[in-house]
Order: sequence, then C-alpha cells, then structure tokens
Amino acid sequence: MPQRNIVEAINNALVEEMERDPRVMLLGLDVGKLGGVFRTTTGLIERFGDRRVVDTPLAEASILGASLGLALSGMVPVAEIQFLGFTAQGFHQIGPQLAKYRHRSRGRFPCQVTIRAPFGGGIRSPEFHSDAVEAQFVQSPGLKIVMPSNAYDAKGMLLEAIRDPDPVLFCEPDRLYRLGRMEVPDGDYRVPFGKASVVREGDDITLVAWSAASELCQRAADTLAADGIEACVVDLRTLVPLDVETLVKAVAKTGRAVVVHEAPLSAGFGAEVVATLMEEAFYDLDAPVARVASYDIPFPAASMEHWYLPSLERVVAAARRTVSL
Amino acid sequence: MVERRSILKPDGTIVPGSKPRMDEEFLLEALRLMMLSRAYDERVIGLQRQGRFGVYSPGLGQEASIVGSAMSLDPSRDWIVPQYRELMAVVRQGYPLELITATYMGKTTPDTRIPEGVNVLPTQVALAAQLPQATGLAWGLKLQGKDAVVMAYIGEGGSSEGDFHEALNLAGVQRAPIVFFMQNNQWAISTPRRMQSAVPSFSLRAAGYGFPGVEVDGNDVLAVYDVAVEAVERARAGEGPSLVEAVTYRMGFHNTTDNPSRYLDPAEFEEAKQRDPIQRVIKYLTAIGLWDDERQKTADQEVAAEIERVVEAAQAQRGVRPEMLFDNVYERPPARVERQRAEFLKSVNGH
Repeated sequence: MPQRNIVEAINNALVEEMERDPRVMLLGLDVGKLGGVFRTTTGLIERFGDRRVVDTPLAEASILGASLGLALSGMVPVAEIQFLGFTAQGFHQIGPQLAKYRHRSRGRFPCQVTIRAPFGGGIRSPEFHSDAVEAQFVQSPGLKIVMPSNAYDAKGMLLEAIRDPDPVLFCEPDRLYRLGRMEVPDGDYRVPFGKASVVREGDDITLVAWSAASELCQRAADTLAADGIEACVVDLRTLVPLDVETLVKAVAKTGRAVVVHEAPLSAGFGAEVVATLMEEAFYDLDAPVARVASYDIPFPAASMEHWYLPSLERVVAAARRTVSL
Repeated sequence: MVERRSILKPDGTIVPGSKPRMDEEFLLEALRLMMLSRAYDERVIGLQRQGRFGVYSPGLGQEASIVGSAMSLDPSRDWIVPQYRELMAVVRQGYPLELITATYMGKTTPDTRIPEGVNVLPTQVALAAQLPQATGLAWGLKLQGKDAVVMAYIGEGGSSEGDFHEALNLAGVQRAPIVFFMQNNQWAISTPRRMQSAVPSFSLRAAGYGFPGVEVDGNDVLAVYDVAVEAVERARAGEGPSLVEAVTYRMGFHNTTDNPSRYLDPAEFEEAKQRDPIQRVIKYLTAIGLWDDERQKTADQEVAAEIERVVEAAQAQRGVRPEMLFDNVYERPPARVERQRAEFLKSVNGH
C-alpha cells in the first residue's frame, strides 16, 4: 500500500476528486504553478488547467465570498486560505455568510464549499501564521470544522469534506505535514465526520486532543507508559460535529482526563469539551479534568514559541498530577 | 466631469437626438412596476405602523433605477443579486410579491422562500458581502459555459466596504459576466454622499479594476435601461464586468426605524421631488398620447387591486411552526444539533 505524508495525502485526495467530479475547482493564493506555499497543490494546474486551479488576487474575503457564489452557480469550490490566521481578513464571508447561507435562504441555496487552511505552531513562522483560531468558528452554526491529525484521516476527511453538501472548514496541521509517512490507500475512501478516533487504548487516564495536539498526546502516552501509566488517547477529528459518545465513553472508562490544544486556554474548544464532560460524565470522574493549552497571550515570536505551545513536559505533568489525585 | 447619461428629462421631454432602446410597450410595463412599487411602499408602511409588517426599506424615489435595471435582464437565464432596496427588481425577476410580503409579515417558512427556478439570491444586509458572492456566481456560470449575466446591486454607502473593492477587482481579473449596479441615493441612513467618498463620480472607480464605469440619471428609466442593456450585452458577449452608478435620491426614509427629520435638509428634499422618476414618465406618455386621466385612474385601480390581492394571499400563508426552527441549518446536521432540536420540540410541545 502507498505510503504518504499529509501533504501527499491531501494532494492525492484533490487529484482523485478533481478526476471524479468535473465541478471541483481550487482557488487561493499561489495554488497554481507554485503548488501552494506548502506544495499541497503541486502538479494540479498542469493536470487540470488554469480554469480549475486558480491563483486569485491577494484578498481573502473575495476568495471566500466568490467560493460561495461559485457553489451557487453549480461548481464545487475548494478554497485555500494560506494560513488559518488570515481568515481574519475574510471571516465575515465565513461565519455570517457561508455558514448561514442555507439557513438565510430557507434551504434554497446550499453551499458545498470546502475551505482548506494550514495552521499551528512549531514551524517558526512569523506572526499570524501560527494562530490556532479554530474555536472562533465553532460559534458559526452551519459550518463543519474538521481537524485531521494524520495522513490517512487527511485524505479520507478531505474527500468527505468536498462531497459534504454543507460548508466545511478543513484545518491542516502544518507542523505534521511532512513528519512521516503512513499507509494511505489510492482510490476512494472516506473518514466520516463526527466519529472521534481512539488512537491508543489505556486504563489510567484519557488524553483528548485534535490536530497536531493529538500527535503530541500520543508521544505523551509513550512517555507515561514508561512510568507505568497507561493513557488512552482520543483524537476528536472534528469539532463540529462533536462525537460526544466516544468522548464520554473514553473518559468514563478511565475516570480521568486531560484536554490538550494549541489555542489559548480561555474559551478554547477545550472549555467546551470539559463542559460536555461535566454534563455527561460527572459521576464517572475521579479527578477534575485538566487542560493544557497555550497561554492567554498572543502567539509569540518564533524564538519563544516553544515556551508558549503545549509541550510534552506540560502534558505529561498534567497527566501525572491528574492520575495522582 | 463625468458625463451623466440622460434621455428623459424631469419635465418629461426627451433629450434631443437620443433614441431610447425601450419601446413604448416596455415603457408602459416599466411604469406599471414603478407605480406598483410606490403604492406598495405606501401600503406596507401603513401595515408596519400597525405592527403587521417587519422593518422595511422603501424604494421611494428610486423606482426608475430599480425597475429600469432589472428590465435589462432575461429572468430565465440571468441572475439578480440584491442588496435590500430592490424589491420590484426581484419581483420582475420572478419572486412573487405575495411570498415576499408574507416573509415581511413573519411567515418565514419554506413556502415563501425564493422558489426554485427564480434566479434571485436572498437580500443582504451585511452591506457589500453580496458582491464577492455575485462575482463568484458570475464566474461559475461562465466556467460552465452558461449564457447568463449577473446583476449585483449596491449603494454608494456600501461601496465603502472592502468587499466592494475585492469583488470588483476579482471580477475584472476573471472577466466575469456581471454588472455592478450602484444606486447612489445620496444617503447611507443619515450619512451624506460627500462623507462617503472623495471621488467625484463613483463610476470612476471602475477604472481601478480595468473595466468601464458609467454614470446615469437614476431617475430616468429610459436612460437607466439603456446603460443597463449596454452593460448586460457587454457581459454576455464575454467582454467582462461594468459598473453603473445610477444617481438618484432616497425620497423616503432609510427604513421604518429611521427619522430623516433629524438630518435631512427640507430644501434639498423638495428639490429632489422635482426630479420624480414616475411623474416624468407620465408627462412623457401624456405628451405622446399614450396616457390620460382615464388611463391613470384605471392604472391606479389595477395597482390597488393587485396590492390587495398580494396582501390577502400573504395573510393566507401559513405561519411559522416550532418544527421549522432548526430547519435548513445543515443538510446533514450534527448529532448534538439533532438532540437540541428534540429537546426543544419536547419543551414547546409539552406545554
């Protein structure tokens, strides 16, 4: 079976879906000859031409707003926003417009649009590039928010996103883009939304994360195992829809949990996870649920990002403390 | 100075040498829609004051811009992307007035939405947000080889938004088949035109995007129709976008919550009334023997009867039901939303 990293898995998904469905088109900054700043769209303009792979003017609101209009015309646009932090330049076309358009038109106009956006720290990029603002979109009903953490999920969830009749924000963990390869099949398969993945079983504590933090939690689980603490790791995979069932089951089983994310602590999606556990798993908990997140400060300069981001040490320490209570 | 295109002068005479494209039969239809627009405004503002109608922005004074532009389109293939003050344009395009009326009466049900096959997008109150969407729509129609043109509406106030610039810029690059039709009604609620932009004519902005801009007397239905047809033909021929600035005047209030007496100069308002878009058509048609008191009376009666029919049909529409609250948010709703829906229905039906 072919081995692919996340960049290759996304490229493969786009190629196959553009072959399958002539309505699918890509638009964004530098997605053409450059192949995107992370090269996820390499070779696509050569293969599908400049009518289906379009370098747009440098203007996020028009990339996003035009994607909505393209969808209304009958196309299936996949927009790339170069970094998730830059959605601030066009947020008004996502939360209030794209997410709500089906509702605003009382069902007349669905919007089959996928927005791809790399994000996250650990690659020493300058300010705004690393911002993990996914929680800002959770309060945009109508939008699905997808956070793959590995190459297999990235392909299967991107195919699901493009075919979903609802708009999808597909956030790509840039730190993991080329971290390693795994088996990613050729051809069509889909990873459904709203199904969290139990990526590691363990009886002592449950680590809950998504996107790059899921990879961090798996390393933390390895470290904890050396101490004799068996951690279960749950990768939520999608924030909307949220798989409450898998989350609650995995936390109830161990009675202890740590939620880890790259976004600042306060009102990060971890707060939603913890509140959900209070509602659904309170009597199964043996200790307060802990959170490990970035601090409530702006993403710092690259030279300081390792102090800001949730680290292996902080996750392991939080897990040990929670287990000891 | 930019030339302001004009055919029908306020006194009802034709600018010498001009040959309007709109024939007399079409002009009579335009007049009917303009009269319907004005009478409807009056009727529903009355309903609004009685608490039977939602917040409403009348087209008063702008009827020639609204109707003349829409009449340049072929509703079976072209699209209208409205802002919110283009009611009769949308009606002319095929969205039945009784369904729009029912929506304003709070009957926001799937029955009163824009029907299938009617090429109109929803009204937009996040100003200028409709423009990148309209550009995308036009671009997509072109990519699919459809022989369609998009008419997107905006006001001079909305043109200060960043989306205006981004949408026109992208449309120019993609040579999208679109007409950006700006109604410059001189007012963004209470903010006058001079506070909106230092540009002497908004039509000049088109140069920055690489396509033509034209200024027209927005109270002159013959000239509005002419420039709109030229822009639509240009778009249909693959020559790309146009910007039309229709210079008009908002003779009513911004909407039913507004109080123009706090900011409006009465002298300016009186002057604007002399340029009424409907009166000049009536004067013109009278002069060429196609209008008289008898026809006016008949037309008034027909318009009044149509509005009563519309209001009655709107009132007969079913109202909203709790089951509709969660409808159409998602095609495939998250389980959590489905659960909220079930809990909500249990709570409202249980009591």
